[in-house]
Amino acid sequence: MPAVSKGDGMRGLAVFISDIRNCKSKEAEIKRINKELANIRSKFKGDKALDGYSKKKYVCKLLFIFLLGHDIDFGHMEAVNLLSSNKYTEKQIGYLFISVLVNSNSDLIRLINNAIKNDLSSRNPTFMNLALHCIANVGSREMAEAFAADIPRILVAGDTMDSVKQSAALCLLRLNRTSPDLVPMGEWTSRVVHLLNDQHLGVVTAATSLITTLAQKNPEEFKTSVSLAVARLSRIVTSASTDLQDYTYYFVPAPWLSVKLLRLLQCYPPPEDAAIRGRLSECLETILNKAQEPPKSKKVQHSNAKNAVLFEAISLIIHHDSEPTLLVRACNQLGQFLQHRETNLRYLALESMCTLASSEFSHEAVKTHIETVINALKTERDVSVRQRAVDLLYAMCDRSNVQQIVAEMLNYLETADYSIREEIVLKVAILAEKYAVDYTWYVDTILNLIRIAGDYVSEEVWYRVIQIVINRDDVQGYAAKTVFEALQAPACHENLVKVGGYILGEFGNLIAGDPRSSPLVQFNLLHSKFHLCSVPSRALLLSTYIKFINLFPEVKGTIQEVLRSDSQLRNADVELQQRAVEYLRLSCIASTDILATVLEEMPPFPERESSILAKLKRKKGPGMVPDIEEGRKDKNVNGGMEPISTNATTKSTPSPSTDLLSLGSSPALSSAPPSSSAGGLLVDVFTENHAPAAPGVPMGPVADDNFSRFVCKNNGVLFENQLVQIGLKSEFRQNLGRMYIFFGNKTSTQFLNFSSSVICQDSLKTQLSIHIKPADPTVDGGAQLQQILNIECVSDFVEAPVLSIQFRYGGTLQNIAVKLPITLNKFFQPTEMTSQDFFQRWKQLSSPQQEVQKIFKAKHSMDTEVTKAKIIGFGVALLDRVDPNPSNFVGAGVIHTKTTQVGCLLRLEPNTQAQMYRLTLRTSRDTVSQRLCELLSDQF
Amino acid sequence: MMRFLLLFSRQGKLRLQKWFTPLPERERRKIVRDMTMMVLARSPRCCSVIHWRDLKIVYKRYASLYFCSALEDPDNELLALEVMHRYVELLDKYFGNVCELDIIFNFEKAYFILDEFLLGGEVQETSKLLVVKSTEESDLLQETMEEYMRKPAF
Repeated sequence: MPAVSKGDGMRGLAVFISDIRNCKSKEAEIKRINKELANIRSKFKGDKALDGYSKKKYVCKLLFIFLLGHDIDFGHMEAVNLLSSNKYTEKQIGYLFISVLVNSNSDLIRLINNAIKNDLSSRNPTFMNLALHCIANVGSREMAEAFAADIPRILVAGDTMDSVKQSAALCLLRLNRTSPDLVPMGEWTSRVVHLLNDQHLGVVTAATSLITTLAQKNPEEFKTSVSLAVARLSRIVTSASTDLQDYTYYFVPAPWLSVKLLRLLQCYPPPEDAAIRGRLSECLETILNKAQEPPKSKKVQHSNAKNAVLFEAISLIIHHDSEPTLLVRACNQLGQFLQHRETNLRYLALESMCTLASSEFSHEAVKTHIETVINALKTERDVSVRQRAVDLLYAMCDRSNVQQIVAEMLNYLETADYSIREEIVLKVAILAEKYAVDYTWYVDTILNLIRIAGDYVSEEVWYRVIQIVINRDDVQGYAAKTVFEALQAPACHENLVKVGGYILGEFGNLIAGDPRSSPLVQFNLLHSKFHLCSVPSRALLLSTYIKFINLFPEVKGTIQEVLRSDSQLRNADVELQQRAVEYLRLSCIASTDILATVLEEMPPFPERESSILAKLKRKKGPGMVPDIEEGRKDKNVNGGMEPISTNATTKSTPSPSTDLLSLGSSPALSSAPPSSSAGGLLVDVFTENHAPAAPGVPMGPVADDNFSRFVCKNNGVLFENQLVQIGLKSEFRQNLGRMYIFFGNKTSTQFLNFSSSVICQDSLKTQLSIHIKPADPTVDGGAQLQQILNIECVSDFVEAPVLSIQFRYGGTLQNIAVKLPITLNKFFQPTEMTSQDFFQRWKQLSSPQQEVQKIFKAKHSMDTEVTKAKIIGFGVALLDRVDPNPSNFVGAGVIHTKTTQVGCLLRLEPNTQAQMYRLTLRTSRDTVSQRLCELLSDQF
Repeated sequence: MMRFLLLFSRQGKLRLQKWFTPLPERERRKIVRDMTMMVLARSPRCCSVIHWRDLKIVYKRYASLYFCSALEDPDNELLALEVMHRYVELLDKYFGNVCELDIIFNFEKAYFILDEFLLGGEVQETSKLLVVKSTEESDLLQETMEEYMRKPAF
């Protein structure tokens, strides 16, 4: 037992604690605790009223038992009784118990709130502080409801003691975080800002935290805090180390307050007022200068505190991203830290440099440190430091150094820790793709990646290399040759077999001229790997074989022999068996023409955001956008890897391995002539949406019933009546788009004189240019007709074009006009950005014409996932963790038109209680803000 | 803001736990387990910052005790090290050469001192003098060894 502590120590408690410590086993400990619990229970239930001291002691013992990890189911009432004791130490223990063992028991909450209320109005500062600490510690909604109104009053009252002000400020901050709706801004807010001028540095410290949080949510309201914060900061950084007395920490003047003030300033863009701006620059320069001065103390506390301020200043410089000299100085300072003997500083410098690398002013300066960073990758002992080095290399990479960086990363990958291999693989794959000058280098890199770390190469990575090879015909021959060579290795990774199988199936003909890689050699090479592969890879190889039959008629016999063998035709796996049976059958009965059509080369993949990038984002941020429907679809279009060309419209089949094997029923094979298609085809195709036939749709006016459903998605049924169904599938990239329109004849009679046109009215003619390819004049009963629209967005637009169709059905002329859902948001390219960037740009777009805001009632249920999906479908990048309030959504994107590009930021704030939304859009062009707001607000 | 502060021994025994946001008991136990396993496994040359979920874990060892805090993304790691150091200093000033046993036997005092220093995960008062002064105000009832020994032991 230690010597008696100060204050009124509790002897019984000390004895109990040392008993527990002396217990030799867990069982003995539990036995001792149970004995104690029984004793306390009997004391609490006993007839004799307990005195305050005993009550305090027993409550404290219960608390100790709870903190040891045991459940406590009584004693709450006694703890609450202690709250109303007028002995400070008893009250204190009562509050501690309540803070630690929060219990939502409503009766107790009322009693607790009563006790807090009494203490808050006691005017005794120590009691008031206890009560405020308890509110801040518990921070429950009930407490927020009870006290949210009182605390601002206490905070700004003239006669409140300093220590109480400090507690009140942080208590209010806590309530604002848990229940922001209960802490409305008011007359007190302006007075809170002036606490930055308070004489008591402790009060300023606490108030700055509060103001920073409030300013993040209401920047306008707290704008005046900028000049006050700069003034205060300037006084601190210029003060001598002894001026601030007890607020100087190891010769560093008020490091906590300095850091908090620098954080507050990061809520705002650089000050507009030149004088304030100049003063702030001086402060930042002084901080940078001090870093070069010899240390005033050898203690690590001194250097930590000093560098904490320095790092925060650098964060502010990066946030402002406006003063090239400061940015470069910051970069040089961090460069020095990269070689510091303190691991912490090296780690933080790597991390901070990552953000500097994204600024145009300092990107080049960061690049000069490449050798040091590569060296860190090789020599750092701590894996977390090495990981930061990888991050920084990734961030500083561009066309000029990509080959060096990728080579170093591949090098490192051979020995990298297992925990970070997958991430490095993704990064290498992204960099190699993004900055590839030479696509043969890209193919080599990815194959290397598979060789070194095949197990960590996820599907997205090998899908991607195939997409790129298919989309770039200059690299196809090289790719075929390289995979062929790579496959020669006696042991190669299964992922290589998949890539090899796919690429040879598509482009094996490009190298078949060379006798060393003749069709038969290619086939034998692939087939030698077949038996070592898993079922999905074997399925893929079977598809390669059928493609070979089309490419190289001379190996048809050999392949048919393989397909016919028992190990294929009677394979235990139903997928393999089915493929073997159907491919064999197809190769026997189909004419060469049909084979050539069915097994045509894959069409280019639509250029979308790299699926690897999406994967890296997912990896980096858990809890980011989950797999929403549109996302999954994209993945199928991008990555559903079957080396057989099926018509684009059937690609929404969910699993790649079940893809094309509905050979028996014609709908899936729609690259065959459309005449045999069944009437239900459209329903199959547009699985996500089949509107019931609406018999009463008027023929005359322009129909736009389904128009708004296409704002956030690209595929579905646009129009349907008893005769015809019009389906859409469209894709957009930058300012270009392509729309496939499917006209389904629902009747059994032929449509005659079928014609369709797209009408752009008035100004729309100049804003949007649309080319439509003429279609057949007849549509057979039960068949569908496809028509392709090429769209170019010349400048931003509001109106929608109208699709007008005419045909003769049973002698009467039918006219249908439908608004085509080509909307401005289709020309979005999503933009990822950090919170800092986002708010900086947000502030730059603050003139009244640039912002459009709309508050509206929710039309649908306010489901977060659905909202996310809609925002992503709208075309912007959904930015996670940018808005301080997690229930808000923010997004960013760029509208591409032929003449200009318009950056756009949006923020959607749901209020579930009121069932309302507030939507704010800021773009550099007022007409765009206006139109996007109209479009999006209609979606929720 | 700081999300939590944990003190545990080299053997992984939890000595103090302060949670600045409400978490269910099960989640807390899991975090404590993760933290002790993660931090105790690190060698002394490693850096004091670990990325864990969406948080930054900053830890430091003082004699037999590990101080381990969790920060949100914008928070300053170096300053968090000094927050923990200042807390050690406060304990030291109050107990006089503080050791793990002081924190075990006077755990309630350790919590009181922490409440004066940090509130809602933010630094409330950085002046050592003021924090200790307000903690000592609670000890108005000074007592002698004799009085202490006269108290019932059970």
